[in-house]
Amino acid sequence: MYPIIKQIIRTGIVTEAAPLADEAMRLQPQRLQEEILRLLGSALCIRHVDAGSCNGCELEIHSVNNAHYNIEGLGIKFVASPRHADMLLVTGPVSRHMATALRRTYDATPEPKLVVAIGDCSRDGGIFCAGGAENYAILGGVAEVIPVDVLVTGCPPTPTAILQGILTAISRQASFSP
Amino acid sequence: MPLTYPNLTLIPIPGAIPAWKGLIEPEQLLPVCLKVAEGGGRLVALWGSDERQNAGGFALQVALVTEAGLICLCVALEEAQPVYPNLSLIFPAALRMQRAAQDLLGIVATDSPDKRKWLRHGAWHGFPLRKDYAVAPIDEADAYPFVRVEGNGVHEIPVGPVHAGTIEPGHFRFSIVGERVLRLEERLGYTHKGIEKRFEQLSLQQGAKLAGRIAGDSSVAYAWAYAMAAESIAQLTPSAHSLWLRALLLERERIANHLGDLGYLGNDVAFTFGFSQFWILKEQLLRNNAAVFGHRYLMDLIIPGGVAVELSKSSILYDECTLLEKQVKLLRGIYEEHAGMQDRFIGAGLVAPKLAAQLGLCGMAGRASAQAWDARVQFACAPYDQLDVQMATHRNGDVAARVIVRFDELFESLRLQREILNHLTTGSTVPLLKLPGNGFGIGMVEGWRGEILVAIHTDREGNVARVHPHDPSWQNWPVLEHAVLDNIVPDFPLINKSFNLSYTGQDL
Ligand code: SF4
Repeated sequence: MYPIIKQIIRTGIVTEAAPLADEAMRLQPQRLQEEILRLLGSALCIRHVDAGSCNGCELEIHSVNNAHYNIEGLGIKFVASPRHADMLLVTGPVSRHMATALRRTYDATPEPKLVVAIGDCSRDGGIFCAGGAENYAILGGVAEVIPVDVLVTGCPPTPTAILQGILTAISRQASFSP
Repeated sequence: MPLTYPNLTLIPIPGAIPAWKGLIEPEQLLPVCLKVAEGGGRLVALWGSDERQNAGGFALQVALVTEAGLICLCVALEEAQPVYPNLSLIFPAALRMQRAAQDLLGIVATDSPDKRKWLRHGAWHGFPLRKDYAVAPIDEADAYPFVRVEGNGVHEIPVGPVHAGTIEPGHFRFSIVGERVLRLEERLGYTHKGIEKRFEQLSLQQGAKLAGRIAGDSSVAYAWAYAMAAESIAQLTPSAHSLWLRALLLERERIANHLGDLGYLGNDVAFTFGFSQFWILKEQLLRNNAAVFGHRYLMDLIIPGGVAVELSKSSILYDECTLLEKQVKLLRGIYEEHAGMQDRFIGAGLVAPKLAAQLGLCGMAGRASAQAWDARVQFACAPYDQLDVQMATHRNGDVAARVIVRFDELFESLRLQREILNHLTTGSTVPLLKLPGNGFGIGMVEGWRGEILVAIHTDREGNVARVHPHDPSWQNWPVLEHAVLDNIVPDFPLINKSFNLSYTGQDL
């Protein structure tokens, strides 16, 4: 026990300040009311869905749980079932084999729900069908299957960008000029 | 010569690893495989290619490994009836690969004991790896006949494809009595991305980027194996400088993954201290990757011909070695002395050495079950020929053994990183842009999970006509089904994590 406590004390607190929301990541105007956002902002539950990624994006989703980014310290946690979730975090180009599972996961998530797409692949299929190339196994980006609120680009996006995307989705929209 | 057999002529394949190729008749396939198996050889990969625009018909490619090197056998198959004998009685790992080859190319192993589809679910039609394939999405009911276990008190737990944690999608069907697992059946293929077909639309250099995204956690290993295959066709040896850098990147990938998994192995037995500590160290390494190489996961740094990066600030990396050696040593002490943790690790998910040998368990998990095989040792290509890699092995084959092997490999990689840094020189890279026609090249690299193989075939003009990437998870997934037998369901996440197999790498 003693070496564990000693190591914990020696490590100290490494958590860094969270990034600010970034309006540029928004694909859809904020749909949720302020009151709901306030509630979500203090206890947000996320369900992650890998819709066909290369696992690179998952590595960075793991990283947002590490002590440096400490997503749980912000009141945000990953949950085991979509039925407990307020938000879906979706990675990957959507493979045809995952389309049904993704749709069902979305349907199982109670309203109001938010969707944040993670990674270049989640935008348009990324390298797996870049340049509009037809790929028999891939449907394309996440928005081909379910509505997306916020998109975080990068291959893979950094943990800071992922955190920023999540925070953008639950932030009040700064100013909206259509 | 790795093998002598009547009427079989093996021709050496130039390149970084010892390899031979040979054409054989379908009826010779089983006896040759049997001979290799009896000599202690294993099946590494099996794939097919469409040769209708070349020699005609289709071809089956079988890559075997022996002590002397790789043997790539090619069997010509008739267009009208592309069939070959089932290999799974000699090499059980062949079964899923054969099913995949049938799904993607329509070549069939006769007498296969399992005729179910593997990579094709109900979402597309036809044989995508045929050259004349036209994209044909469909939406058919996807009923997969799982094997049912009958008996008093037996019930099933279906899990996935969407799992409870942040992991990749796949389906597990448990048949249990009480908490005890009687049978686990995996169903994979959910992340099938048409990667092999996609390679055929890309140039050699673009293909290197795709290779680095077959499995993001093994980006370096795939990119190196791909480059090695291309360089084997072009008969080109990259500069010493780029080979040293590649080895540095590969060892860093191994360190990052072992750190992350050791943290999760703590987490899975409710010791979150382990997760916090190891992931602080992993984050440090990833940040150093970004600072020194410009990418946290070292993607796109290896290209055919050499490397696309210069090493500038290596003092950061020496300091990192010192930090990691000290911290990991301390954490290892804590893990080893933690009675609750060891209680969960010891005896869980056992794969005895004999079973491991029968099923062809390979890589890190194989070494934890006494399968002493590491490409960096057996086929030490430059610069590993100057590094004298110390292979980590264990005989117990349980979660505890896999944890020990990971710790040992982690320390060895840190030692290698120092050695490599001492050897680094400056140099330049001439990118390889075009390959000779009608070529066949092969690359094999010991990734952190195990051996990663990439084969490239070129057409008459030297364009990439077929690429087959092979992940060690093909061999190891079926072994996981055995490892969980008689364990309790709540130990499955722990056992699964101790292997940490790739979904995307085998779904392709
Ligand atoms: S965006 Fe990049 S890291 Fe993420 S799934 Fe796609 S290829 Fe992998």
